[in-house]
Amino acid sequence: MTALLQHPGYDEERLKGVAEKLPCREVQAEMLLSLMGQPHQYSYPSILIYGHRASGKSHVMHVLMKELELPHATVSCVECVSIALLFEQVLLSFFGCDAPSLLPRSPSLSDFVRVYRQQCSQSPAKQTRYIVMEKAELLRDTDASLLSALLRLQELVGDNVTVILLSEIAWDKFRPNTGCFEPLLLHFPDYSKSELQQILSQNVHSSYSAGFYSAYINILLGVFYSVCRDLRELRHLAALNFSKFCEPLAEGKVKETDTHKLWKHIEPHLKKAMQTVYLREVSSLQWEQMQQMEEEEAGALRGLSAHTHVELPYYSKFLLIAAYLASYNPARTDKRFFLKHHGKIRKTNFLKKNEKTSNHLLGPKPFPLDRLLAIFYSVVDSRVAPTASIFSQISSLVTLQLLAQVSHDDQLDAPKYKCAVSLDFICAISRTVNFDIVKYLYDFL
Amino acid sequence: EKENKTIGLLRRTAIHGESNSVLIVGPRGAGKTMLLQCVLRDLQKEEKVQKNLLQVHLSGLLQTDDRTALKEITRQLHLENVVGDKVFGSFAENLAFLLEALKKGNRSSSCPVLFVLDEFDLFAHHKNQTLLYNLFDVSQSAQAPIAVVGVTCRLDVLELLEKRVKSRFSHRQIHLLSSLNFTQYLERVWTQLSLPDSFPDKKFAQEWNAGVKTLCEDKSVEEVLQRHFNSSKDFRSLHMLLMLCLSRVSVAKPTIKPADLLEASRMCFADATANMLHGLSILELCLVIAIKHLNDVYEGEPFNLQMVHNEFKKFLHRKSNSMYNFEQPVVMKAFEHLQQLELIRPVDGSSAKVQREYQLMRLTLDHSQIMDALQKYPQCPTDVKQWAMSAFG
Repeated sequence: MTALLQHPGYDEERLKGVAEKLPCREVQAEMLLSLMGQPHQYSYPSILIYGHRASGKSHVMHVLMKELELPHATVSCVECVSIALLFEQVLLSFFGCDAPSLLPRSPSLSDFVRVYRQQCSQSPAKQTRYIVMEKAELLRDTDASLLSALLRLQELVGDNVTVILLSEIAWDKFRPNTGCFEPLLLHFPDYSKSELQQILSQNVHSSYSAGFYSAYINILLGVFYSVCRDLRELRHLAALNFSKFCEPLAEGKVKETDTHKLWKHIEPHLKKAMQTVYLREVSSLQWEQMQQMEEEEAGALRGLSAHTHVELPYYSKFLLIAAYLASYNPARTDKRFFLKHHGKIRKTNFLKKNEKTSNHLLGPKPFPLDRLLAIFYSVVDSRVAPTASIFSQISSLVTLQLLAQVSHDDQLDAPKYKCAVSLDFICAISRTVNFDIVKYLYDFL
Repeated sequence: EKENKTIGLLRRTAIHGESNSVLIVGPRGAGKTMLLQCVLRDLQKEEKVQKNLLQVHLSGLLQTDDRTALKEITRQLHLENVVGDKVFGSFAENLAFLLEALKKGNRSSSCPVLFVLDEFDLFAHHKNQTLLYNLFDVSQSAQAPIAVVGVTCRLDVLELLEKRVKSRFSHRQIHLLSSLNFTQYLERVWTQLSLPDSFPDKKFAQEWNAGVKTLCEDKSVEEVLQRHFNSSKDFRSLHMLLMLCLSRVSVAKPTIKPADLLEASRMCFADATANMLHGLSILELCLVIAIKHLNDVYEGEPFNLQMVHNEFKKFLHRKSNSMYNFEQPVVMKAFEHLQQLELIRPVDGSSAKVQREYQLMRLTLDHSQIMDALQKYPQCPTDVKQWAMSAFG
């Protein structure tokens, strides 16, 4: 299955080591090796490798560079907040610690090329030097000439150097306006289901058989494959849930080959994982602790977005309900909902809702403070005096980010707000005060 | 003959002390830099030129403002010591000082200097175009013999110049537009791929060249090359195609076959977006189809996550398929992944005040791209495919 990588100029033993470390990526490694050619030959000045996250781009590059011991500089564009960091990293990797100090304080591209040329004349390249840049899409946000210059760096410095860009985004979105030196485009295709199975099964724990582990991976992929194909996430999930999977085995209830029973045991657990750990609502540590506890003790896992840990005072809850109604009901329908005697409603006032304008799809609308208070007084059952404490509760709702202030800070007399909670949340709150909110929502008439 | 024209021009500057300016204009990959290098190489062979002519090479990509450019000029003329710590009032003074310092021993005339400006159009974006103004000014007045050669890919470069700069420019332009026809293109392929006679292993060279001949005569190869020729005639893209083709030759397979060129061509013409769509998960693909339906019904108006999820739920409701019934947060994560891949982009506007589910977006994909991707998608469930092709499409 693993084809031997053969290439003149590179040691055969090392190539074998490379092939072992790159399962399912032999074709791409082969292509890269042939483009790189023999070490002393010049390669194509710039190559852009694009593909999904966790499709092995950085991994393949690192393995090739390390195993074949090629002179290289790895730079992640996320780290290079200023281009000086990029220049220093490259000079450090190629010419040692003294080189970066030759750069002036805030170096420009011109300084970098000058210092590079100087260093290069002292220590010329015997083999191709590689600059590997990860997350290259961030280069678009820097100086416009940086990307164009990097693509033709070989020409500008007159040295045997190749720039390899790794990115998630296609080249069409990168290209500068007046064109540039077009890099060679290589695509790393995503892993297929069987390839994912093969790669994930390699992490088998020593005390269990390979067949057992691949049955586990099969079940995991069955649950998660339609949602997520990212190798890193799947590997993380596999590691977290394996102990739970082995539980019935340890307790002696089932045998290794009893896949159906094992599946029944783990499936609800994986589904729960999808709603919590996969979304990073709970941390991995919390998840592992929860697995230790018994089923009855575990209870509902509190996620980050749950908001259920926020306890509001009585009037604040009604203020929030009133705010939700103000945001999601159009102003002209207030009369119908909140006045005791609203009279007959003429047909023309009530046009058939066009689905598109359903407020629950478009988002909350801003409302003035007066409207909020009017709705509040009609919704609260007891008589409430308009004291300062009511107003301060509104401000605290804004601080909790349950309401958002839309108007400018200058406008003190007519502030406008928007309600920032979801339907589920407001239903939960209104249940606690015995208020049927759905009856009052225009969209659910 | 363009080469001769340029050589003549530069020779006049170098030997006779005449000032000149010229622009070499041509699309990317047309061979402008190559022309210049050939010209310079031939000029250097003449002894008089070699002794006299000083060269300064500037690039618009590297020297992004005039001060840097001036420093670079000083450096390349090896005049750092002469300038020392002097402070100059204006750019013009500085440049005059530099040229003065190049005067020969008998103070009769200054050394001729050749200024090569790569990416000339970028210099036109500098403040007040001071560098260009001063260089052209010197070339028009009789101060010192200089030649200014600008190389650019923009055909409308003269529009970028200010009036006063344009008037000092000699309006001499050399246009490099490829005038190859298809037969010449094919010949070029043949010459590039064949091994020269000086190749050490004669037998291998013979076999190889025979293989190249069969390749060039193959019908499908000719069609493919015609396609490449129609999209761009320049040498650089041909070079890339041949490079990809040759990379398929290895120790195990030391011959070149028509299939290699066809495969290389396929790689060149591959649609990057289609490749990325191939790797989406089924949930993400369903979201893309839901967005497509929304675009069809509402004629391309921006959408948000709530609308897309609603559309998706309608599909699930119709099919009574509980397999894809995911919670809102999971759908949100898939939606965000699409945003990271830049398949959907937020509409311009303040995104700070709007909740994430209601942020308006637009699709950056085409209808046909989505349908093509669906055809190639591995193991696409049939009901998803049917949904995509249903009524609104």
